Amino acid sequence: MTKFIIIMLSAVFINNYVLSRFLGICPFLGVSKKLNQATGMSLAVIFVMLIATAVTWPIQTYLLDPNNLGYLQTIVFILVIASLVQLVEIVLKKYIPSLHKSLGVYLPLITTNCAVLGVTILNIDEGYTFAESMVNSLGSGLGFFLAMVMFSGVRSKLEGADIPKAFQGLPITLVAASITSLSFLGFSGVVENLFA
Amino acid sequence: MNKRQNLLKGIIKENPVLVLVLGTCPTLAVTTNVMSALGMGAAATVVLLCSNIVISALRKVIPDKVRIPCYIVLIAGFVTMVQMLVKAFAPALDEALGIYLPLIVVNCIILGRAEMFANKNKVIDSAIDAVGMGAGFTLALLLMATIREVLGNGTWMGIEIPVLADNNISIMTMAPGGFLVFGILIAIVNKISGGKNAKKSFGCAGCPSAEVCNKAACGEKEEAK
Repeated sequence: MTKFIIIMLSAVFINNYVLSRFLGICPFLGVSKKLNQATGMSLAVIFVMLIATAVTWPIQTYLLDPNNLGYLQTIVFILVIASLVQLVEIVLKKYIPSLHKSLGVYLPLITTNCAVLGVTILNIDEGYTFAESMVNSLGSGLGFFLAMVMFSGVRSKLEGADIPKAFQGLPITLVAASITSLSFLGFSGVVENLFA
Repeated sequence: MNKRQNLLKGIIKENPVLVLVLGTCPTLAVTTNVMSALGMGAAATVVLLCSNIVISALRKVIPDKVRIPCYIVLIAGFVTMVQMLVKAFAPALDEALGIYLPLIVVNCIILGRAEMFANKNKVIDSAIDAVGMGAGFTLALLLMATIREVLGNGTWMGIEIPVLADNNISIMTMAPGGFLVFGILIAIVNKISGGKNAKKSFGCAGCPSAEVCNKAACGEKEEAK
C-alpha cells in the first residue's frame, strides 16, 4: 500500500508531468487560459491516460514481450491510443452526450498529446505491475490537472498586468510557468522522507 | 518560392521552435546539455526528412479523410527505425534522451510539416523544406542548450569554462530554467522581428489537430463571436 501512495504522490508532485517532465506542454500553454477549459481538458487527459494504460500494459506484457516484438512498442502504442480515443469519442457521443459535450472537443487533441504516450511508455520502462501502472497513470493525470488549474489562475492574473511589449503573450506565459515550476521544486525529497 | 528561400525559411523566418512555437516538449526537455540537444535535433531531422519525402510521394494515394492516421503510422515507423539505430550505435545518446526519443512520434513539427507542406508539394521541395526545418529545430535547440549548459553547469559540450564552472547557476539546467530561457528567447525574437510575426498566444495555426477540433479547444471560437 505504501508503494502505491509513494507512486501516486511522486507522480502528482515531484515528477509532475508538465512542470518537471515537460510532457503535454502544448495543452498546458494552449488551453490554460480559462478555468473551465483547463478543467475539461485535464479531465479528458486523466480519462484517456487511464484507459490507454489499461489497454497498452496488457498488450506489451502478454502480446509484444512473449513474441520478442518489444521494438514495435512505439508504433503499436500510438495506433492503439489513436483508435481508442476515436472509439471513446464515438461511444460517448452515442450514450453519454452530456459528457461528450464537455470533454468531446478535447479528445482529438489528446491523440497527439505526448503526455498520454509518455505515461504508457514510462509505465513499461519503470517495470510497474498492472496495478502500479494504473496508480501511476491516475497520479500523472491528477498532476496534469493540478498544474493546469493552478496555471489558469496565474494566467488570469496576468491578463491585467502591464507587460513590456516584447514579452506580451507567449513569453510572459513561459516566464510565469517557470516560476510555477520553481514552486514545485520544493516538493523534491518530501515524499521519500515521508515514509522513511 | 525558389529553392533557396524554401531552405532558409525554416532556419530564420519560420523557425519551428522560436517563431512557429512547435515541438515545445522536446525543446524544453532535452536542452539541459548541448550533446543531447544535438542528438535530438539530428534524430528529429532524420525522421522529418524521411516522413516528408514519403508523405509527399504518397500525397495522391492517401485518401484525404484518413490522412492523419496514415501520417502517424508512417512517422511512428521512421521513429522506430531511428530508435533502433540510436540504440545500436549511440547507446549513450539513447540513455540521455530516454523517453523523448520515442516521443518524436508526437512532435508537432513533424506532423505539422506533413499537414502544412508535404501533402501539397513535390517530393524535392518537401525534402528541402524538411532539411530547412530540421536545421532550424537543431539550431534553436543548440542555442537554448548552450545558454542553459554554460550558465547552469559552467561547461560547453563537457568542456569546462574557467570562471563559470565555479559559479554555476544550477537552476538553469532544472525545469524552471528551461521555461525561463525559452520565454526570454521568444521575447528577443519578437523584439528583433519588431513584433511582426509575434505570436500573441499559443494559437491553433501550427496545431495539426486544429481542423479536427474546429479550434474549439483553444477558445478561438468563443473569441470570434
